[in-house]
Amino acid sequence: MSSNKKLIDLEEQIRQCVKCGVCQAHCPAYRENRREGDVARGKIALAASLLDGEVGLEKSLEDDISMCLMCGSCVNKCPNSVATPEIVGAIRREVTANKGLSLFGKSLATVINSPALLKTLTKGGAFLSPLVLKKVPQSSGLRLRFPAPLMKNRTVPKLPFRNLFNLVPEFIKGVANKPTVGFFAGCSITYVFPAIGKTMIDILVNMGYSVHVPKSQGCCGIPALSAGAGSIVEELAGRNSTAFGKYDKEHIITACASCNGGIGEYYQTMHENDQNFTDKVIDFTVFLKQNGMVEKLGAMKRWSERVKVTYHDPCHLKTQGITAEPRDLLQALPNVDFVEMENASLCCGLGGTFSAYHYECSKAIGAKKIPGLQESGAQQIATACPGCIIQLQDIINHAGLEVKAVHLLDLIREALAKE
Amino acid sequence: MKQNVLAELVEIVGSANVSEAASDRITHSYDATKEQFLPDVVVYAENSEQVSKIARLANTRKIPLLPRGAGSGFTGGTLPIRGGIVLVLTRMNRILQIDSDNLTAVVQPGVVTADLQKEVEKQGLFYPPDPASKDFSTLGGNVAECAGGPRCVKYGVTKDFIMGLEVVTPQGDIIRTGGQTLKNVVGYDLTKLIVGSEGTLGIITEITLKLVPKPEAKKTMLVQFETIEGAAQAVSAIIREKIIPTTLEFMDAATIDCIRSISPIALPATCNALLIIEVDGDPELIEKQAKRIMTVIEPLGIVEVKVAETSTESEKIWQVRRNVSPSLRKVNPDKFNEDIVVPRSKVPDMIRALEKLSKDYNVPIVNFGHAGDGNIHVNVMVDLREPEMEEKVHEVMEKIFATAVGLKGSLSGEHGIGTSKARYLSMELDSATISYMQAVKNAFDPNNILNPGKIFTADREEQISSE
Repeated sequence: MSSNKKLIDLEEQIRQCVKCGVCQAHCPAYRENRREGDVARGKIALAASLLDGEVGLEKSLEDDISMCLMCGSCVNKCPNSVATPEIVGAIRREVTANKGLSLFGKSLATVINSPALLKTLTKGGAFLSPLVLKKVPQSSGLRLRFPAPLMKNRTVPKLPFRNLFNLVPEFIKGVANKPTVGFFAGCSITYVFPAIGKTMIDILVNMGYSVHVPKSQGCCGIPALSAGAGSIVEELAGRNSTAFGKYDKEHIITACASCNGGIGEYYQTMHENDQNFTDKVIDFTVFLKQNGMVEKLGAMKRWSERVKVTYHDPCHLKTQGITAEPRDLLQALPNVDFVEMENASLCCGLGGTFSAYHYECSKAIGAKKIPGLQESGAQQIATACPGCIIQLQDIINHAGLEVKAVHLLDLIREALAKE
Repeated sequence: MKQNVLAELVEIVGSANVSEAASDRITHSYDATKEQFLPDVVVYAENSEQVSKIARLANTRKIPLLPRGAGSGFTGGTLPIRGGIVLVLTRMNRILQIDSDNLTAVVQPGVVTADLQKEVEKQGLFYPPDPASKDFSTLGGNVAECAGGPRCVKYGVTKDFIMGLEVVTPQGDIIRTGGQTLKNVVGYDLTKLIVGSEGTLGIITEITLKLVPKPEAKKTMLVQFETIEGAAQAVSAIIREKIIPTTLEFMDAATIDCIRSISPIALPATCNALLIIEVDGDPELIEKQAKRIMTVIEPLGIVEVKVAETSTESEKIWQVRRNVSPSLRKVNPDKFNEDIVVPRSKVPDMIRALEKLSKDYNVPIVNFGHAGDGNIHVNVMVDLREPEMEEKVHEVMEKIFATAVGLKGSLSGEHGIGTSKARYLSMELDSATISYMQAVKNAFDPNNILNPGKIFTADREEQISSE
């Protein structure tokens, strides 16, 4: 079974920081607070001091380590590619091992580890409502990323009555000679935005693939990783690789950048990683481009009434260098006039469970996107991560703009419906 | 730190901005030299009045006081080598004014250089100094170290763009030097004295900068040469042609070897040196200049020329340059990076001397930098795990500095002295000059509270002389 790395396993990486400070230019938390403890260089220095026994897991260190969105922006620009999110994750796990999970962490653990509970909670459409909070005092699945009482005035989407697993069968047989692919839905698509998942599956079926959507799949583990709940991440990694092990597959498609990062990036760093599972994970924009979707959309007759759309780069795609594919799709869409916005690649501020711990800072980070969005004149902002959609819409609502945050697949669905 | 001092600091800036927690002391203990010294307390200030009160307190209690911006310096300028108070100014980061009539800007010291550049460029204006760290280093730090950069060959360095300063003295007085006018000869030129003083004479709390109109266009060229002599002669030929390019960046053969496999532009084995030449200004004029440059350098053993026709192509050329720093580690894990400067005509002599040193001591030395102003980034790449390597590096360094000074050059073009080069100071400056400088320091800061132990080593016996 895969297991998390410990801080000591990352020692070589930690020692590679040359303290140049370049991460300051790219860290959303540092840019907001201008505090050295917030930036990668500071956290790596703390990690080194922990290893050297010069400092313990004291409160102020814990605060510094909590001030990280694990967005990976620093890694991309670091001359030695020091993996700060991994280092932060390892320290958070040590904190957890030392002190136990925090309030959020605990409730998060209960829920994401229990699809049944998550299902019950979301079925009633009571996402974030105080009523549910009475019944389940500490939380509910996704709600843990958005715990209402502590995040005053956060706006969240209404929940649909039926989740993704009610909408699609577990296995759909495709045409002969076409391989099987899997669809990893993730919590947000399963329970909050099942229509996005349904669209993806319809497209795959249309292409002739056999599609496996195992009901036993769980959370990708990103929120647990962010909260320092190491054993849960290990459990989820095991559960997911078992769930997808059933059929021999060509690819496992994700339509959530965070899930893609969780499985495609994080699981790969674990000891005893199941490569047969993780190597197959592919983001939907990359997959669709490889399968001719850009050409297909480009060949369609352009609509006379088009909507002006800009794009937000989810961190988990940006750090993997997936920035051209979503834009190619947007440019090809017949129902869309694509415009770039300034700061398209700035983090939205959600950051796993970051916004639950630091909602004010999270909002301030997100608000940095507003001027660029306004200047672009876009009516909609498309992205490839449901987490970003929820956060972006919240920021937009707080800024009083009339812009709608949508998933790229929402726009593709609209275009294909006219076919 | 004594409780009453802490209480006073809390009174000045509030408890949220004072910390003596181990984690905060650790995260404010280093800069880009990688050396670490723990301060006793970390304080974040938000305005000049707070800085003034903190200075007064430090001076009364004789506590070392270390102003700090991004902490990205290469010579230990913000290292609290004697403990004390680290005073962080990153939150004083407002651009107070951009004046397009007088071509000036007024900023707080914590403004990041590139952030100011972006803002002034929106108004068709330009702040030229461009240290490699411009995306994260602060203007306060740039002024304190007199930062340079590739564009300085044409435009000049930070000191050429500073018109006036607000400075908090070690006694806590808030003084103003220079002003809003280009011409100003009233009293001593304290502005020039503070610029490059490495935080030892006063704390910069506001900066008035000179701006210039933003050049309309630029043209970037990458020229590959068979030999370093060819590249060096090209630099002289261009200058003799009375053209001052915006940048004249060079890379030697050792540098090219490091990036050959990842370069976005093919660099054949016959290429042993390259120049990145950029000219800016009126679009018609730069076309003519580019042509004249090509004509004069043509006979100098050129392997290949690439002239960027689009901004994407220009970006590709700069990518070659940006590939350098991250690639150096391929040679060896530990980098000793110095920024010596020689008269530009002496660049080939210096490179030849460096090649010889590399051979004599059997250590890789990778050189690149600003050929246009003779500022060479010398990188001695070693593995410190090898026995006696540290001693060897110091010996090589000393020889490098001696050679630079011998060629009428200098120990540092843009990084400063700080702690890293203090022991070499007397290789360049005679003892009367050093005493004169120290007299200035003593007059300004008799209690030696501001950034103590920098530039001058405490013990003159430690000094290495060039004789």
